[in-house]
Amino acid sequence: MNSFSDSVATALQLILAGDTALWAIVVRSLAVSATACLLAYSLGVLLGAWLAVARFPGRGMVLTLLNTYLAVPAVVIGLVVYLLLSRSGPLGFLGWLFSFQAMVLAQSLLVLPLVTALTRQVVEDSDRDHGEQLSSLGAGRTLRSLLVAWDERYALLTVLITAFGRAISEVGAVMIVGGNIDGFTRVMTTAIALETSKGDLPLALGLGLVLLGVVLLLNSVVALLRRWRERLDGGDLRMATT
Amino acid sequence: MVAAAGQSPSAHAPVVLALRGVHVSLGPAAQVEALRNITLDIHAGESVALVGPNGCGKSTLLRTLHGLLPMAAGERAVPQASRIAMLFQRPHLLRMSVQRNLQLGLWLAGMPWSQTRDRARQALERVDLAHLAERNGRALSGGQQQRVALARAWALQPDVWLLDEPTASLDPHAKRDVEALIADFRHEAPPPGRLPPTLAFASHNLGQVKRLATRVVYLEQGRVLADLPVQDFFDQGLLDAQFPQASAFVKGETT
Repeated sequence: MNSFSDSVATALQLILAGDTALWAIVVRSLAVSATACLLAYSLGVLLGAWLAVARFPGRGMVLTLLNTYLAVPAVVIGLVVYLLLSRSGPLGFLGWLFSFQAMVLAQSLLVLPLVTALTRQVVEDSDRDHGEQLSSLGAGRTLRSLLVAWDERYALLTVLITAFGRAISEVGAVMIVGGNIDGFTRVMTTAIALETSKGDLPLALGLGLVLLGVVLLLNSVVALLRRWRERLDGGDLRMATT
Repeated sequence: MVAAAGQSPSAHAPVVLALRGVHVSLGPAAQVEALRNITLDIHAGESVALVGPNGCGKSTLLRTLHGLLPMAAGERAVPQASRIAMLFQRPHLLRMSVQRNLQLGLWLAGMPWSQTRDRARQALERVDLAHLAERNGRALSGGQQQRVALARAWALQPDVWLLDEPTASLDPHAKRDVEALIADFRHEAPPPGRLPPTLAFASHNLGQVKRLATRVVYLEQGRVLADLPVQDFFDQGLLDAQFPQASAFVKGETT
């Protein structure tokens, strides 16, 4: 018990004293996940908005595959990216394995289905609501989905934050494709796993606390966004209908 | 057998929208026959009320008149190349300023963006809401939102207005305002060379039908069972004698 409170105290000291090793890992983590999210988000929103309004044979199958992909564990994504990037793999020529880029690629692939599926849901629901009016004004299918996506921009911002939360807290994929190399590909989650197994609890705990703080901050932002949006939509119409 | 018991004053005006033997099926497997063999001519200057029990096909008929729904059979014609605007029970404004909502409507109809500003402003003045131009459309009251939606349609200078229960979700005060605007638009002088405004609206409110309509189309289970000038529709003796279902509906609504 005593060693636990000691560890917490040392961990807090590390955080507050601006320990370079600790903060370098934090910054690297944030950079990897932010880059991955931005990449996956720009692609996923377009893909999701398109899927929301597109009607083609096999659409149901695509949605089922998307939802299955959503449930694939991070380590499996890591394994696939590892095979792709390994020397003999199809993307081996890039020389990305155990690098920043490899981690970005793995996390992008991890959150892409999340962004796509959530965007599809948001846009499809909103399109069911407003789509006919937009069509009656002359908007074609693609334009309609983009307008609806723009109309749901606050909800889609929540999707971005959710994706970031998923990326920053996963450990399996970055561990496999990054290799957890000190000062190079070591991020918060892989460092926590390693330091815990080594018995360096203060550093692990310190990183854990920062990670907790990041996730808490993200969730607070989501809650604020939701409240802000409800205030913006403050008309009495929603109460009158449905 | 559908027979017009009297001639509507607009019956000799040009036809602006026509349906011939139209069937429409809805549902994932098109298993619900929503409209069955509808033939309808709507003439310039008419105000056609679509009435009937819930689920009789009023909304589907309006959407079909607009061309929003695919038809399983039959034909739809717009002989005068009329411009058609549609309003729904809910105003469907987007999360942007009122002004932008109107500009977007004009832009979607093909007007260059640079010209939309003045026209949008003009339309807002027409519905007395110019002072709300910069407000977020969704933050307005229900009545104000529906007036903005009317302004968005008015800005397009439509020849035909299709309104799907435009006052159904509003409080009595807003209902009156919106209905007054609709009546006003209907009697507005058309731009030079254009036909007088034509209206087709779905309504559950027989008082509103009496005030706004020149002609009443009574639907049940996707079929037109009566198509009469408004004064004949409210002639209970005539309905009893010739249109028993419509008669039962009117009695049910007024008692």
